[in-house]
Amino acid sequence: MASLTKTDVIIVGAGPVGLFAVFELGLLDLKCHLIDILDRPGGQCAELYPEKPIYDIPGWPKISAQGLVDKLMEQAAPFKPDFTFNRMVSSLERLEDGSFRLTTDEGEALEAKVVVIAAGGGSFQPKRPPIPGIEAYEDQSVFYSVRRMEEFRGHDLVIVGGGDSALDWTLNLQPIANRVTLVHRRPEFRASPDSVNKMYAMQEMKHLDFQVGQVTALSGADGQLATATIKGADGDIEVPCTRMLPFFGLTMKLGPIAEWGLNLHENLIPVDTEKFETSVAGIFAIGDINTYPGKLKLILSGFHEAALMAQAAKRIVAPGERIVFQYTTSSTNLQRKLGVVE
Amino acid sequence: MTKLTFIAFDGTHFDVDAENGSTVMENAIRNAVPGIEAECGGACACATCHVYVDEAWTGTVGEPEAMEEDMLDFAYEVKPNSRLSCQIKVRDELDGLVVNVPERQG
Repeated sequence: MASLTKTDVIIVGAGPVGLFAVFELGLLDLKCHLIDILDRPGGQCAELYPEKPIYDIPGWPKISAQGLVDKLMEQAAPFKPDFTFNRMVSSLERLEDGSFRLTTDEGEALEAKVVVIAAGGGSFQPKRPPIPGIEAYEDQSVFYSVRRMEEFRGHDLVIVGGGDSALDWTLNLQPIANRVTLVHRRPEFRASPDSVNKMYAMQEMKHLDFQVGQVTALSGADGQLATATIKGADGDIEVPCTRMLPFFGLTMKLGPIAEWGLNLHENLIPVDTEKFETSVAGIFAIGDINTYPGKLKLILSGFHEAALMAQAAKRIVAPGERIVFQYTTSSTNLQRKLGVVE
Repeated sequence: MTKLTFIAFDGTHFDVDAENGSTVMENAIRNAVPGIEAECGGACACATCHVYVDEAWTGTVGEPEAMEEDMLDFAYEVKPNSRLSCQIKVRDELDGLVVNVPERQG
């Protein structure tokens, strides 16, 4: 069996609200482990709009989304949270002692008495391109990421997209593939100019093909692709295709959370407004993923929810322990935890 | 007030009064036009408010800027009259604008 990690609180989602929960839980001496499908903290703020200014964070008349994430990481740092990135939590089960075991899509197990779902709009997953029947080939000859380059050796590879992923893999897989065809709907790319120039240079030398157009049809059998039809300005062409890598960006999906036995309402998790607890005791939901009367999907609402959730989480992790309400401005005890006094 | 018409994928027409300066996407959301998701809330960061501008209006509405064109790469069934509705600002010349909602967003 793969690794097992035990902690006080597992937070699913490392967006702004998950990060602030680390701070609020940390003040109450609870240790957190965050899991996120992205490769870095920040959630939508980091993935969708890092450079966009946000105007409704209290005390910050204007802050960029990435700037806010950086500040939240700094604020959480004294509590030394652990992170597992590039992972989706695929299952959640309750153990006999009342704690929870979460398993990632790579088989790692994590256990804690409290689970906090701060998963925003769900997990970011690759967008499926609009090609009829593509599902039948997925994970067999159509892949949305490259885990092992060897999978592509000797294949007729079609890469679809116009960003850095598409360009980088075109250049990196070209030497080992039998033939690489890059397909993009226009001759302009949103990728590093250096990669674009390299690609055009290789096309010039006939080391790869670049087609302007869209893949409209696939043929093959038993999950194994044989050809792809590309619709361009001059009509349809059919190219050999035994492996395909579409890079169409990411979309948010609720994913496996739907199977964790929680009550759901229109893909959101109903919670109470005292503790922000779900229909399962010990599992909380904060931020955009929860719903309650009057809910506003604002980062600041998620911060409030994190603070109240932390009080309830503390009672579960340390039952019977008296919780003394303290201010960070005046409590030496809290200031010690933050590392600002001896 | 500027009048806009959204035609949903099933053919239903939504005639709405829009304030100048607002975006076409905001008016779709405010009027619960089905098929406009606007996942990112108007940051030109997700391509889920994709619309087809009625052929008669493409000239008046204009071409997408580079950032929007990049984002359109992620949209479903992009056509020459595709735009992201969060990037179209309502103004007097657009009075009567008709946009079609695609079958799905990504």
